[in-house]
Amino acid sequence: MAKYLTQRIIYMVVTLFLIASFTFFLMKIIPGTPFSNADKLSDTQLSIMIDKYGLDDPVPVQYANYMMNLLKGDLGVSFQFNNVGVTDIIIKSLGPSATLGGLAILFGTFFGVILGVVAALKQNTWVDYTSTFIAVLGKSIPSFVFAGLLQYYIGVKLGWFPVAFWRGPEYMVLPTIALAMFPLATASRFVRTEMIEVMESDYITLAKAKGASWFEIAFKHALRNALIPVITVLGPLVVSLMTGSLVIEKIFGIPGIGEQFVKSIQVNDYPVIMGTTLLFAGLFVLVILIVDLLYGVIDPRIRLAGGKK
Amino acid sequence: MKKSKFFLLLSLMLVLSTFLAACGGGGDNAGKDDNKKGADETAAQEIKMLEAQAIPNMDSVKSTDTISFTTLNNVNEGLYRLDGNQEVVEGMAEGEPEISEDGTVYTFKLRDAKWSNGEPVTAHDFVYAWQRAIDPETASEYGPYMMDGKIKGAAEITAAAAEKKEYDLNTLGVKAIDDKTLEVTLERPVPFFKSLMTFPTFYPQNQKFVEEQGENYGVNSDSILYNGPFVLADWDGSTDSEWSYVKNADYWDADTVKLEKVTWNVLKESQSAANAFETGEVDITSKLSSDVVPQYEGDPRLVKWLEPTIFWLKMNQKESDALKNVNIRKAIAQAINKEDFVNSVLNNGSIVANYAVPNEFVKNDETGEDFRAINGNELLPYNLDEAKKAWEAGLAELGTDSVELRYLTDDTETAKKSAEYVKNQLETNLPGMKINVESVPFSVRIDRQNKQDYDLQMHGWGPDYLDPMTFSDLWLTGGGNNKMDYSNKKYDQLIEEAQTTLAQKPVERYEALAEAERILLEEDAAIAPLYQRSSNLLVNEKVENFTYHLVGPEYSFKWTSVK
Repeated sequence: MAKYLTQRIIYMVVTLFLIASFTFFLMKIIPGTPFSNADKLSDTQLSIMIDKYGLDDPVPVQYANYMMNLLKGDLGVSFQFNNVGVTDIIIKSLGPSATLGGLAILFGTFFGVILGVVAALKQNTWVDYTSTFIAVLGKSIPSFVFAGLLQYYIGVKLGWFPVAFWRGPEYMVLPTIALAMFPLATASRFVRTEMIEVMESDYITLAKAKGASWFEIAFKHALRNALIPVITVLGPLVVSLMTGSLVIEKIFGIPGIGEQFVKSIQVNDYPVIMGTTLLFAGLFVLVILIVDLLYGVIDPRIRLAGGKK
Repeated sequence: MKKSKFFLLLSLMLVLSTFLAACGGGGDNAGKDDNKKGADETAAQEIKMLEAQAIPNMDSVKSTDTISFTTLNNVNEGLYRLDGNQEVVEGMAEGEPEISEDGTVYTFKLRDAKWSNGEPVTAHDFVYAWQRAIDPETASEYGPYMMDGKIKGAAEITAAAAEKKEYDLNTLGVKAIDDKTLEVTLERPVPFFKSLMTFPTFYPQNQKFVEEQGENYGVNSDSILYNGPFVLADWDGSTDSEWSYVKNADYWDADTVKLEKVTWNVLKESQSAANAFETGEVDITSKLSSDVVPQYEGDPRLVKWLEPTIFWLKMNQKESDALKNVNIRKAIAQAINKEDFVNSVLNNGSIVANYAVPNEFVKNDETGEDFRAINGNELLPYNLDEAKKAWEAGLAELGTDSVELRYLTDDTETAKKSAEYVKNQLETNLPGMKINVESVPFSVRIDRQNKQDYDLQMHGWGPDYLDPMTFSDLWLTGGGNNKMDYSNKKYDQLIEEAQTTLAQKPVERYEALAEAERILLEEDAAIAPLYQRSSNLLVNEKVENFTYHLVGPEYSFKWTSVK
């Protein structure tokens, strides 16, 4: 296990290094400067700025400088904000995004799994059809539509929850529901399909014959196996929700990382582009590792490297 | 199982709301009543504002954006400031400046005013800030942009730095005669110099404090000194989405300031802003996008004004033979139905622009008349017959029957919709015209503009000071912002006169600038003006004297109060 982990971690570092290098050169291909006022500056004025920030150095030199600093853990300073370190930006804006994404995943999968299980057990009844209907809605309607509806009807009309901002638990309710619809639908569909299959397998028949209770069969025996595909889709979903809830963050005025990522690309804020890309990539490879480890926990039949020996 | 029932209920609610949304509208009155109730309860002098973005930079010599400028304008103060009528009123300077006969030396007397750490605001603070702004080491974008060609010595420092030669900051034309007297020497008379002094780049900075803070200067509300009507509070730096202004008791004119507190929140989405406004969560929204504005048409809470920002098509004459031809340019400029464009595509109160200097922007100091009164609003208007005639003449001169042009524009929704419309108009109205739209991110568009790598470009320009010159000098031969190889000696001559011999004759100067504008459009059709943008936002009826500006900072709260 330890050997397997070390190996995986080495691969992770190599992957990240490749991603960082690739992104750096791609980013430098984009024309333009990171100066917001470039439209108004004369060529002389612009040349001073470019020189001052070393943007006229050859790209390989800039790359070497960046990598050296990266090794020291220095992600650089943003262009669009005055003297704000990229590490600072990431730390401050990752919190709200991670909280929101985490809540959405938690609520989405929890209710999604329950919905899927119930639908599978009551196959072809009105419960099943309703669950399918909700899942189709959740998958096909984009989250920003839910967000708009929730904001208007629950926030403005009913006044149950605040319409925007990020100041405490009550502010999290609407964005969480809006964002949870997709993982909910995804989880419920996967669980339903798997559950139906699992419920027909021999060991369930055995469990029934043994006289195990309905609850025990469903949640102790069947669900465990039905969860494997859910874990697989959940991995990437976790990353995209933690980082990619850009639209929801925009609608509810949540100071998250999604906006920093998109805006940094628009304004050529090189250090922020690199920082956020590395963060997303890092999270992604980490989640893939965790998912692989979880397989073994959930289903002992799946053994990680060296299991057969 | 209880939970799943609750969930079913919730889901049903969601489903239901989908259908309700379809039947939408109708319910606006409920929100309005709520708002009024809120106003009765809170007579406190406190208002809640929305902004579309966080504050990028609170170092006044380095700021480049309206949000930073607005904040600086409320928590700091320069020699003068602008009031709600866009008039220049006293700030750190007491009374009018003394101006030398040739109009190039200004002497300002400073009033007794304090920084928020108790130290006095002196003439040295201005000298320090201005030198810091022009210093190439500071890498300020607005310092050189605002000073070069205006303040004596500025352009020389910039030029020396660009060639990596020695420069001396003390050659900049700003001197402290004593603690309370500031002398500024100009390159040449600048008739709008007083209004220039309201711009945050020219604000004072306390040398000792700035140097003590070093890299940390301006990174949060504790690392800035204040001398304005308010002080900034609870601002944790550029990533913070909430901040507030608190009344500054030590401000020299504190008696005028009624508001105790202005709180700010970042909310990008216009519809969300309107929703937050309806619940009474905010009193004034950020500027609304055009999809929200029609919902509030006719509502007294919708405040609208004409921004002095014009959008035009730049026609690059560098490589395109077609665009070198004046008839082709005239055809393009007159073939676009602007009335239809502003009403059906933009639909946000923007107006048709048949001019190159905005409407409701500047008035003549002597006559009090709007600059637009001289030339009117009918330079190069939409005229299909004229366009077709010019088009045929142009094609004949070129000896061709078709023209293909690239159309460079941003990748925003509005830019794309506008491009579709313009393409359609030009291709329909000018047979043989082919337009290839290229939508690119903002920084890429600017880069291609600087390299003059475009044929037509949708380009907008907003002013940086209250004078037609901020628009007129764009089109000088070889000018820093021309970037389309337009050149006309008569035009250059008129601008030169306005900057030199006529500098102290307001009436003749305006006439020269107006004549230049007429040449630019009627004779040369150098650009094709399309529209002048308007601003729209929602203001709670309890707010009195909401003050907006046309250049630099957007709002002032010095005179605002709650009913």
